[in-house]
Amino acid sequence: MAIESDVLVIGGGLAGLTAGISAAREGAHVRLITHKQSTLRQASGLVDVLGYVDGEPVADPFAAVPDLPADHPYRIVGESGVREGLALFDDVTDYRGDHTDRNALVPTHGGTVKPTARYPASAAAGLASDDRDALLVGFETLVDFDAPLAADHLGAAGAPFAADGATVRFPGDLRPDAKVTRYAHLLDENRPVDVDGRRLPACEALAERVRPHLDGHERVGFPAVLGDDDPAAVRAALAAELGADVFEVPMGPPSLPGLRLADRLYDALDEAGASLETGVPVVDHEGGDRIERVLVDRKGATVPYAADQYVLATGGLVGKGVESDRGGVREPVFDCRVPHPADRYDWFEDGVFGDHAFARFGVDPDGELRPTDERGDPEFENVRAAGSVLGGYDFPAEKSGAGVSLATGRSAGVLATEAL
Amino acid sequence: MTGEDTQDSSDGGAQDGADDPDVETDGGAVGPGDGRDDAGFAPAEPTAGEDFEPVQVFPDEETMDLRPGADDCYKCSTCDVNCPVAEVDDDFPGPKFQGPEQWRLKQNEEDYDVDESITSCSNCMRCDDACPSGVPLSQMHNEARGEFVREEMSLLSPKYWRNRILANYRVSAQVASVVPRLANAAMNFGPARWVMEKTLGVTSEREFPEFAEQTFREWWTARGGAAASRQNAREARQRRGDPVDADRRVAYFHGCYANYNTPEVAKALVRVYEHFGYELVVPEQRCSGTPMFANGMLSDARRDAEVNVSSLADLVDRGYDAVCSCTSCSMAIRQEYPELFDFEGTGEVAGSTFEALEYLRINEDLRGELADASVDGFDDLAYHAPCHARNQGLSRQAVELFRELDGVAVEDVGDSCSGISGTYGWKAEKYDVSMEIGEEMFEHMEDAPGETGLTECPTCSMQMEHGTGYEIRHPLEVIEEALVDDRVGV
Ligand SMILES: Cc1cc2nc3c(=O)[nH]c(=O)nc-3n(C[C@H](O)[C@H](O)[C@H](O)COP(=O)(O)OP(=O)(O)OC[C@H]3O[C@@H](n4cnc5c(N)ncnc54)[C@H](O)[C@@H]3O)c2cc1C
Ligand code: SF4
Ligand code: SF4
Repeated sequence: MAIESDVLVIGGGLAGLTAGISAAREGAHVRLITHKQSTLRQASGLVDVLGYVDGEPVADPFAAVPDLPADHPYRIVGESGVREGLALFDDVTDYRGDHTDRNALVPTHGGTVKPTARYPASAAAGLASDDRDALLVGFETLVDFDAPLAADHLGAAGAPFAADGATVRFPGDLRPDAKVTRYAHLLDENRPVDVDGRRLPACEALAERVRPHLDGHERVGFPAVLGDDDPAAVRAALAAELGADVFEVPMGPPSLPGLRLADRLYDALDEAGASLETGVPVVDHEGGDRIERVLVDRKGATVPYAADQYVLATGGLVGKGVESDRGGVREPVFDCRVPHPADRYDWFEDGVFGDHAFARFGVDPDGELRPTDERGDPEFENVRAAGSVLGGYDFPAEKSGAGVSLATGRSAGVLATEAL
Repeated sequence: MTGEDTQDSSDGGAQDGADDPDVETDGGAVGPGDGRDDAGFAPAEPTAGEDFEPVQVFPDEETMDLRPGADDCYKCSTCDVNCPVAEVDDDFPGPKFQGPEQWRLKQNEEDYDVDESITSCSNCMRCDDACPSGVPLSQMHNEARGEFVREEMSLLSPKYWRNRILANYRVSAQVASVVPRLANAAMNFGPARWVMEKTLGVTSEREFPEFAEQTFREWWTARGGAAASRQNAREARQRRGDPVDADRRVAYFHGCYANYNTPEVAKALVRVYEHFGYELVVPEQRCSGTPMFANGMLSDARRDAEVNVSSLADLVDRGYDAVCSCTSCSMAIRQEYPELFDFEGTGEVAGSTFEALEYLRINEDLRGELADASVDGFDDLAYHAPCHARNQGLSRQAVELFRELDGVAVEDVGDSCSGISGTYGWKAEKYDVSMEIGEEMFEHMEDAPGETGLTECPTCSMQMEHGTGYEIRHPLEVIEEALVDDRVGV
């Protein structure tokens, strides 16, 4: 026997979650199995669809889709597939950006401006297209965000507003290497803390430290640690204290916007009625042209899972969906072909941002997202792939990571359900 | 130490009937007339032998090379964000420091002493699960904790003995269960608790769990042991229309708590398994080691693990699978044993050990049977997934299985840690941290409809009860109520 379901999704990142939610909404009994936590927790929480093509910024990602190379995942699902992936995402989150096809410009913690398709509500007041002057506030203990430097960078980048930066001590005397969640929870709970010999609720105390630097700025940006359970309330409290709009600047890992997004998507998977298992990897498969079962390693014991259809969403080199060593590159769960140059020296270019072959490593899908063999035939009739495990695109260079996961995840979920 | 060992083995005799020929009804895999008999095998007897000398886990420090694991750390801090202790205790530097960083310091600096903060790690193993890069954090923590206790803790300190006593719960439980009523009264006797807190640092905030009047093993033996189980299983197979001679044999690792404190959970397991036509044996066993790992008492853990592995390995060899009703026991056998020990058969035992519901989900149509069943007499249940269930990929199975069961609604109360982590929350100096971690779970329980809790972990259940006053049940009890006909196998 085995543990059974209609559709088995392997991998709990953005692609797997989207595949699982869409298949469950179509009525399939879905089970999602994931080993580690998704890379969402390290990503900025921004949903990039297509920021750059050949190094040039893209204003309207949808318009750019038809000109992408034929093997790009967006070409496989088409512009409508990209739109439907985003529509599903908009339906389950409170992200902004769906009012226009054009990319929004979001300031990052490095002071650059990033073209992105969807951004969390918490980043809305910070957009670079907004011409109100902005104050960026950093915390002494959070060295990843140097607010004055970021403000200078924004100025140098030609942002259409004046940005100033200030560094303050976060109230409550957190240790220098405190977890980002500690800042967030302190603000969430609005616990009283000691500042300058007085005890004040945390949000008020923070506002008091910022106020001397405010100097008429109409909006204030903080590193993305403004609340975990109820970020909107924290922003509102700070805004009321400061008399200015408040926004979050996306940060590097571990990322609270990414954590919040992951939580929201897991809730949506649950609401759609899917089953979920975390902490254990799929390690092997059984079957010929059709996968009959996969084997899950539960801390040494091997447990069989059977499904009618499978979605492979195990991520790329970081998520461990694609493995490489000196000998070659492989996809470890189904042993699908990952096209790559035979000579290792052809895997990368000399420049850091060169056109590296390794950045595009992944399985090569057919028109239905089924990984294919050398002849272009599907490796298995009932396996579809989604997200970073797919080849044919370079998400860091294109800024297309989340968008490809959403578009292909949704398509794979729908195709799998239609095949039942 | 010697005293303890003597006590263990003599008790093994008194309680399990090790020198009683009838022991086969207990271990059950062999017996006169049993066609599967292999010469000389008696699962009730540890093959470890009585002259086994506990030794240090890492007699030669160089043998445990964790460098590849440490090198995999790319400092993303995801583990720190997932650590429930770091979340409430600002002085705890977190898993990244305890694991890869401390390991590096230890390797590179001659006289680096393991930092005392390692004793604040509760061994929930959430960091293991979180790390995207596969760093073996809990293995590193176990090693560091062991070294701290070995090298830096005074064997004369009250804290050492307090930890030792807490970690060796089974030994106290064994004594207490001889006179359960007296023990129940004495353990929670106010002045005695005050002395325990003052001298040993065992918090007086908590109620000691009650000892059962009859241990599970006593019940099992009185019921007829393995022979009775075989008979019940045969009848069940006949009733179900399965081949009467089907090969369905399972060894039950009940652990300490189900034996001494909640035999109703162990009995539920027996009845549910027999209902599906499985015959059970209940082999000789000691503590799984979870509380010992968490207290750095690695030689105690090793001593008990060796007994468990040897007695389970013999059964596994003969085609048995092992099942546990406590998720920390299954976690220890599946992950910690292979990480820390290399007794013969450790890997085979790990590969054949399962959590009780998990095993039925794999091998039977448990979901289908529950969908056709209904239960009476259960309130709506607030389910908490223990960290150690989460780490085995089992955090959702109870909620999913009971979704389709008539007569009860189960609500998952979220993914926070309960905070007690075995012996952790019993320590006077950790009590407040433990309750602060548990706060989120208490709130979710209060918000959920119903006033009964549900969980697989005995100490999580103590914490749930302590924080909310709810009665706490085990999923096996729900399944027993749903599927087991009262007439069978009582
Ligand atoms: C540091 C970082 C920052 C980023 N920033 C951005 C950004 O700002 N904007 C943007 O749009 N994109 C960003 N990306 C890219 C984006 O996060 C990814 O492209 C996208 O989320 C990938 O999703 P995925 O579901 O394909 O893979 P992943 O998120 O990698 O998920 C794969 C999942 O599969 C699991 N898995 C792997 N193997 C197995 C197995 N055998 N069995 C079971 N489970 C398995 C993994 O544990 C993991 O949970 C960033 C990525 C990284 C790493
Ligand atoms: S085991 Fe738990 S308490 Fe210990 S460091 Fe890891 S997450 Fe923190
Ligand atoms: S999660 Fe893993 S890689 Fe990240 S800091 Fe912790 S140990 Fe290092």
